[in-house]
Amino acid sequence: MNSAIWDWGYAWSILPDLLDGVKLTIVATFFGSLISFGLGLVWTLVRLARIPVATPAVEFFVQFVRGTPLLVQLYFLFFVFPNWGLSLPPMTTGVLGLGIFYSAYAAEIYRAGIEDLPLGQWEAALVLSLPIRRVWFGIVLPQSIRKILPVLGNQVIGMFKESALLSTITVMELLGQAKALGSLDFRYVEPLTLAGAIYFVVSYVSARTLRSWEGNHAVGS
Amino acid sequence: MRSVAEPIALAPAHRASSLAAPALVSMRGVRKSYGDRLIVDSIDLDVAAGEKVALIGPSGSGKTTILRLAIGLVKPDAGTIRIAGDYLWHEEGPGGLRPAGERHARKVRRSIGIVFQQFNLFPHMTALENVREPLVHVLGLPRKESDARATELLCDVGLKDHLSKRPAQLSGGQQQRVAIARSLALQPKVMLFDEVTSALDPELVGEVLRVVRKLAQASDMSMLIVTHEIGFAADIADRVLMFDAGRIVEEGTPRQVLKNPSNPRTQQFLRAVLER
Amino acid sequence: MTSSTFWDFLPFILMGIPVTLEVTAMAMAVTIAVSVILALGRNSELAILRWPAGFVIELFRGSSSLVQLFWAFYVLPFFGIHLPALAAGVLVLGLNEGSYFSEVVRSGLNAVPTGQREAALTLGLSPAYRFFRIILPQALPIMIPPFGNALVTMLKFTSLVSLVTIQDLSFRANLAAASLGQSGAVYGLIIVIYFALALLLAGAARLLEQWVNRRAGRLAPATSGRSRSTVPEWALGGAG
Ligand SMILES: Nc1ncnc2c1ncn2[C@@H]1O[C@H](COP(=O)(O)OP(=O)(O)OP(=O)(O)O)[C@@H](O)[C@H]1O
Ligand SMILES: [Mg+2]
Repeated sequence: MNSAIWDWGYAWSILPDLLDGVKLTIVATFFGSLISFGLGLVWTLVRLARIPVATPAVEFFVQFVRGTPLLVQLYFLFFVFPNWGLSLPPMTTGVLGLGIFYSAYAAEIYRAGIEDLPLGQWEAALVLSLPIRRVWFGIVLPQSIRKILPVLGNQVIGMFKESALLSTITVMELLGQAKALGSLDFRYVEPLTLAGAIYFVVSYVSARTLRSWEGNHAVGS
Repeated sequence: MRSVAEPIALAPAHRASSLAAPALVSMRGVRKSYGDRLIVDSIDLDVAAGEKVALIGPSGSGKTTILRLAIGLVKPDAGTIRIAGDYLWHEEGPGGLRPAGERHARKVRRSIGIVFQQFNLFPHMTALENVREPLVHVLGLPRKESDARATELLCDVGLKDHLSKRPAQLSGGQQQRVAIARSLALQPKVMLFDEVTSALDPELVGEVLRVVRKLAQASDMSMLIVTHEIGFAADIADRVLMFDAGRIVEEGTPRQVLKNPSNPRTQQFLRAVLER
Repeated sequence: MTSSTFWDFLPFILMGIPVTLEVTAMAMAVTIAVSVILALGRNSELAILRWPAGFVIELFRGSSSLVQLFWAFYVLPFFGIHLPALAAGVLVLGLNEGSYFSEVVRSGLNAVPTGQREAALTLGLSPAYRFFRIILPQALPIMIPPFGNALVTMLKFTSLVSLVTIQDLSFRANLAAASLGQSGAVYGLIIVIYFALALLLAGAARLLEQWVNRRAGRLAPATSGRSRSTVPEWALGGAG
């Protein structure tokens, strides 16, 4: 019995399939992140601009997305889009879902990065009569970005792990592959353990890299 | 630490004549409250061209608020503020004064500068870049010229050897001198100093005071200086204002106010400061 | 399946609310226990306690929570460990969130001034008394606001247990959607329910925060002192 729990030969044989899944996971994380960065920026701009109806609407949307489970959001997109005549492939739906969900967090990250700027910086810029464009692009953003980038980096790592949820809407990313292999051969030990290990190694190494990079690029150094 | 080696390259003073010129800062009935706390209570204040005015008073009496009102960082609840003749928050039209907004204030603010207690340098820029910032982006000078001008300004405050250092690499006194050079870049007609040495370690106070003193003696700029350094105020001020609870309670020459104060609040304040 | 409508399924779906809240509460209890144990472990002077605590934290934070859940549900039985689905779900959620929350607990404990610990030590108070009567009451107000966030995170997190057969809101929504064939209303409904529950829990956390602050004799709650600058009006004006 003991020898049957872990079969190295079997583990080796499923590795290519799992790596196919990893590719999809990475693609989903990459495009999901791009969408979240872009949409998050849009939310941030609308919030900053204090437009009568749009700003409260975006404010509510961001809170709403942050207040509901990603899993249910994915279901909603996956099952409801077709009702609206939008039949997207599961992968596209998943990437959109990830992008929208994390855009709400990105918006918070951008805002925190900008609002963390000491009031004195705004005041110095004002009394020097710097043009508003220059204040944003020369004073505010260069400082905020240093605070924002590491946090966005962490968000990408988080998305990498959470993208496992895409398996629930039939995307064959890493966990999807592992589950499919498990139910095919009725061997769950190797596929799920390997999948877990891959998630762990990738995110652990990325987090470490990010932290050392962050250490070298602190504000003012 | 290097002291100020080079002379401040600014026009010589013509104090006697400029004192007669119209006021460069002029406040009338200026009032400001935060919540239900009245911080500045119907102040009238004039700073004549070339005049150096020292503002003293206990902590929390509203001195910083006065400076922030003068430069338009804070909008008054009532009253008018003029800088070099122009209303900060009003526009003059045929029908009299009309309230104006931030856009108008931006133009008027050009002729006034301020040095903050906390320096407020841009941490991601070198000393040179900090000073160059307004030269390039406000005056629109070409890069070469603005570099030369910024270097000159930094040399004047004794920072020739620190041009390419970031604020974090400079001592507090050096940072404050960069801040002074930066606010001089636009050649303001009026300069405001808000306790520019109170965030500094005691051994760094001297180098900054020397720079301000030199500036006061060599230039015909108007200055409004908040300070707790009584000796310094006595040295450079033409006039001293004693501020308490949002009002000017005593005013006169340094000799009158600092040596022979008549108001009991001033006497009490000076005793407390000098006993420190 | 002939003529069942959305309304027929409504009670069935709504019955998922108590299940979701129960799972949230249980998993949060595990979170608290786990995070305190891990925080104490990480703060320990003994490497033999510090190291395993660090390992557990890295392990749970480093890999995907859904994989952890499936692992507990599908793989553990191969090792002879048969956890009921509910136990597996609650444990994995609690361990996962607890690994994150241990950092909050740790910084809360470390924020208590050393002078306080030393004073308690010199008074000869017992370790348990020191921890529960001196350290914890001071650390608690700092930990409450992040606790509120963790509570809302957990509520959302519980939707995962629907994937291991627990009949929570998400599970019932899936079932209803599959039977009805029209899923828009079903998923729309539970999204709104989740959001309402999240608001509810966040509000409850705020009340708790106020209560703890009052008890700790603080006037201003720790969170409302957001000394952040907001973007000044002038910086949003038209071109300069
Ligand atoms: N933005 C603000 N909101 C609320 N109260 C304020 C604000 N700015 C200043 N105050 C209050 O106004 C009063 C006067 O402040 P101010 O900074 O002008 O005093 P000060 O004379 O400069 O004191 P110090 O010598 O300590 O610098 C203080 O009690 C302060 O708490
Ligand atoms: Mg002050």
